[in-house]
Amino acid sequence: MAVTPILPKLVGERVRRREDPRLIQGRGTYVDDIKVAGMQHLAFKRCDIAHGRIRSIDTATAAAMDGVEAVVTGAQIADMLGPMPIGTPFPSPPHRAVAVDVVRYAGEPVALVVARDRYVARDAADAIVVDYEPLPAVVDPEQAMVGKPTVIHPDFPNNLAVALVPSGTGVSADGKTVDDSAISQAFAAADVVISQRMVNHRLVPNAIEPRGVVAHYEPGKETMTIWSSTQNPHILRTMIAAMTGMGQDRVRAIAPEVGGGFGSKINIYAEEYVAAVITKKLGIPVKWVEDRSEAFVATTHGRDLIGYIDLAATRDGKVLGLKMRLIADIGAYNMLLTAAIPTLTMLMANGNYNIPAIRATLTEVFTNKTPTDAYRGAGRPEATYFLERAMDMLARELKMTPAEVRRRNFIPANQFPYATQMGAVYDSGDYERALNRALEASGWDQLTAERDAARKQGRLVGLGLATYVEVCGLGPSSSLPTGGWEHSQVTVERDGRISATTGASPHGQGNETTFAQMLGDQFGVPIEHVTIRHGDTDIVKQGIGTFGSRSQAVGGTALHLAGGKVKAKMAKFAAALLEAHEADLVFENGTIAVKGVPTSAKTFADVAAYAYIPVPLPEGLEPGLSDEAFFEPANNTYPFGCHIAMLEIDRETGEPKLLKLVAVDDAGNLINPLIVEGQIHGGLAQGIGQAMVEEAVYNEDGQLVTGSFMDYAIPRATDFPTFELHATNTPTPVNPLGAKGVGEAGTLGSTPCIVNAAVDALSEFGVKHVDMMLRPERLWRIIQGGRA
Amino acid sequence: MQVSMTVNGKRRSANVEPRMLLVHFLREQLLLTGAHVGCDTSQCGACTVIIDGRSAKSCTIFAVQADGSDLTTIEGLAADGRLHPVQEGFWDQHGLQCGYCTPGMIMSAVNLLSDTPRPTDQQIRDGISGNFCRCTGYQHIVNAIRQASAQR
Repeated sequence: MAVTPILPKLVGERVRRREDPRLIQGRGTYVDDIKVAGMQHLAFKRCDIAHGRIRSIDTATAAAMDGVEAVVTGAQIADMLGPMPIGTPFPSPPHRAVAVDVVRYAGEPVALVVARDRYVARDAADAIVVDYEPLPAVVDPEQAMVGKPTVIHPDFPNNLAVALVPSGTGVSADGKTVDDSAISQAFAAADVVISQRMVNHRLVPNAIEPRGVVAHYEPGKETMTIWSSTQNPHILRTMIAAMTGMGQDRVRAIAPEVGGGFGSKINIYAEEYVAAVITKKLGIPVKWVEDRSEAFVATTHGRDLIGYIDLAATRDGKVLGLKMRLIADIGAYNMLLTAAIPTLTMLMANGNYNIPAIRATLTEVFTNKTPTDAYRGAGRPEATYFLERAMDMLARELKMTPAEVRRRNFIPANQFPYATQMGAVYDSGDYERALNRALEASGWDQLTAERDAARKQGRLVGLGLATYVEVCGLGPSSSLPTGGWEHSQVTVERDGRISATTGASPHGQGNETTFAQMLGDQFGVPIEHVTIRHGDTDIVKQGIGTFGSRSQAVGGTALHLAGGKVKAKMAKFAAALLEAHEADLVFENGTIAVKGVPTSAKTFADVAAYAYIPVPLPEGLEPGLSDEAFFEPANNTYPFGCHIAMLEIDRETGEPKLLKLVAVDDAGNLINPLIVEGQIHGGLAQGIGQAMVEEAVYNEDGQLVTGSFMDYAIPRATDFPTFELHATNTPTPVNPLGAKGVGEAGTLGSTPCIVNAAVDALSEFGVKHVDMMLRPERLWRIIQGGRA
Repeated sequence: MQVSMTVNGKRRSANVEPRMLLVHFLREQLLLTGAHVGCDTSQCGACTVIIDGRSAKSCTIFAVQADGSDLTTIEGLAADGRLHPVQEGFWDQHGLQCGYCTPGMIMSAVNLLSDTPRPTDQQIRDGISGNFCRCTGYQHIVNAIRQASAQR
């Protein structure tokens, strides 16, 4: 008998991805690669002004063009489709998929064309003539809510989408009663108060695959199939069913290969609803694929939060109190999660610190801009940025090192679980350990000496540090309108192969690999015998989706639990075959054997075959090896870390250059460190991008002036140094894997540590704060002002 | 208009509109969907292919301009069932996540290595600076290309 090689343990190993062979050969299937027989193409006519009343729409020329199937206006869509729903409990104005009478941001759709191919569709859309009565554009969120501003939505005076929600110390859970005594006392007792207005500016997510949708209604079967570049096909199915009046049993949503999302593909968009009602109305399949120019205005933006931060502390650096007044510019409409994103900033106002009193308030304002929604980090990078800038300002004020002021305020490692002033319960942590690791790994003392030496040569070099804690693994269901669980079904097939589904629909996260690693170990079979399926609601029975760094912590746990159920049943079949107790069985090397008796081994495939042709059928068992699990986490997870940056600013041009970035991230237990590194790198790139090169800029007319890749700087390979990654690993008790989630972490620490480094570099000019992005012109002015 | 070109070693002829972009010709007529469209201003590089030995952004060229050319797309890179060293590098080093920029990135890397067989990390970063990746932060891509260069 041939000796079975010992299978390597998979979890915790740098297994290369199983997704990659198709993707590196151009064989992935993204939405735009899908063709359905008879398919026609949609193109949208979008308004080119930020605010105005539609006087008339002339579609005659477009409708007469060769190859045009239909031209449809907003009023006609409104006959087929109600206002688009949102997923947050805040009041919201009606939002039509295609504008009917008023347009409220440049890029809002006003009509659409159905045509033979994308070229004809675009030509015809361009031939539609819309006459507008222009209205003043509301651009500045702080001016939008005072005096007698132009009102964007009639039922929302002063453009207040959400008016002053308080949270924190002294605020009851329902927000109705507010006791100011603790926060007032904290500020009264302070030796120093740091006060600063900071802007966490607007970003454009820019997944490299723009959005796209193919919708195919089959009248005979009364079924709809909708392919979309989405992070959450099950939510898409729910919404499409509700909005078309079809049952969820008749709608199949498919997220094929998805080319990045970063939060912007959570929302269910106008184009998805319109494609659904058009295919249903016309009975032909339709495709829409976004141009990049469209994506800049038609896909949700991220961030855009102003923070008025006050930090009260004693002379020896102990923080007594924090006030965080937040004003969110949410753009023209509420989208699926828009209103909830800045509430995550409030939730995380405590940061890594034991702060006795915190008062946060949130106001959300409508402006004539593209709506905001989730963007990688979604509310948490904003909290970290405000707090970590303020802590650095405090250190500077007290002439203390940035590490020391943080050390004096950290929540101690023995205090977990830790209930914050903001209502979160941090699961586990050791913040000082991550800080120490970062100081040591970066060689902070050596870097400080290098910085000082560079300064003696007249160079503007700065060092910055930031710690962070993040809320991840979203759920539970009480915190998400979609439900906060995740689902998985694991099947041992008749031949002993394993197929499993996950509702955590990936778009680059590598779940086909990490989840197969987990099942390979759980069942003791080669990874090649495991297939993970996702993204198709006809195959994946239930699910929520991938966002909020939840795939591993929630989706991975559902998989683990479903696998456990199937394994337990398989053990019963094996026990019957081996005439042994289930508890005495071991699953390893593709066999099931009685512990200590390797000669007893039955192959995995033999036991699987027996389970499907169970003669005799063991008492109390049903045939088959397939089971599912819904995992509802009891709490979120709270990963943390510490990032350090070294940066130089050119004294002559103001151009900043990132010299070094060291990141220590603690995501709990890791399934695949190679994939984790990739996730952190990507997060760092977006966090550094925000600090240094990316900014969505609107002019006074409400036009996005950074509306293409020629004007909006996506970071290039030449913009980054080699990142230096390190880890601490503090498992979470919230799930049996101990995994916390890592998708967004990179965006948390990097942004503030870079701005902290920039302020340090500019310290000779007496600079206390500089707003992002670190535009050379802005830094040059500071340097010039300093010289004058 | 009639166009004729060699794509991945096969002679291809078709009738196209004069304004049809090469990337749409490849994707829609030849069904070679590996070249992707990520922008409309020739910045992102997701559509990069190799034309007569040089990398080119196929969204910037009309199909008729490629008449008579010899093209290699991502689908034609692996030979005799064996991955190209750059493809192997991307797989081994986790040089991709969502995979959308990957075909263009790989074709630019192939072009880089044909010009500069032993690039420094800085030369690698310069060589792919016409290709955007939003997922990886580029570091694993640099590792992938370095691995491929060592194997040549």
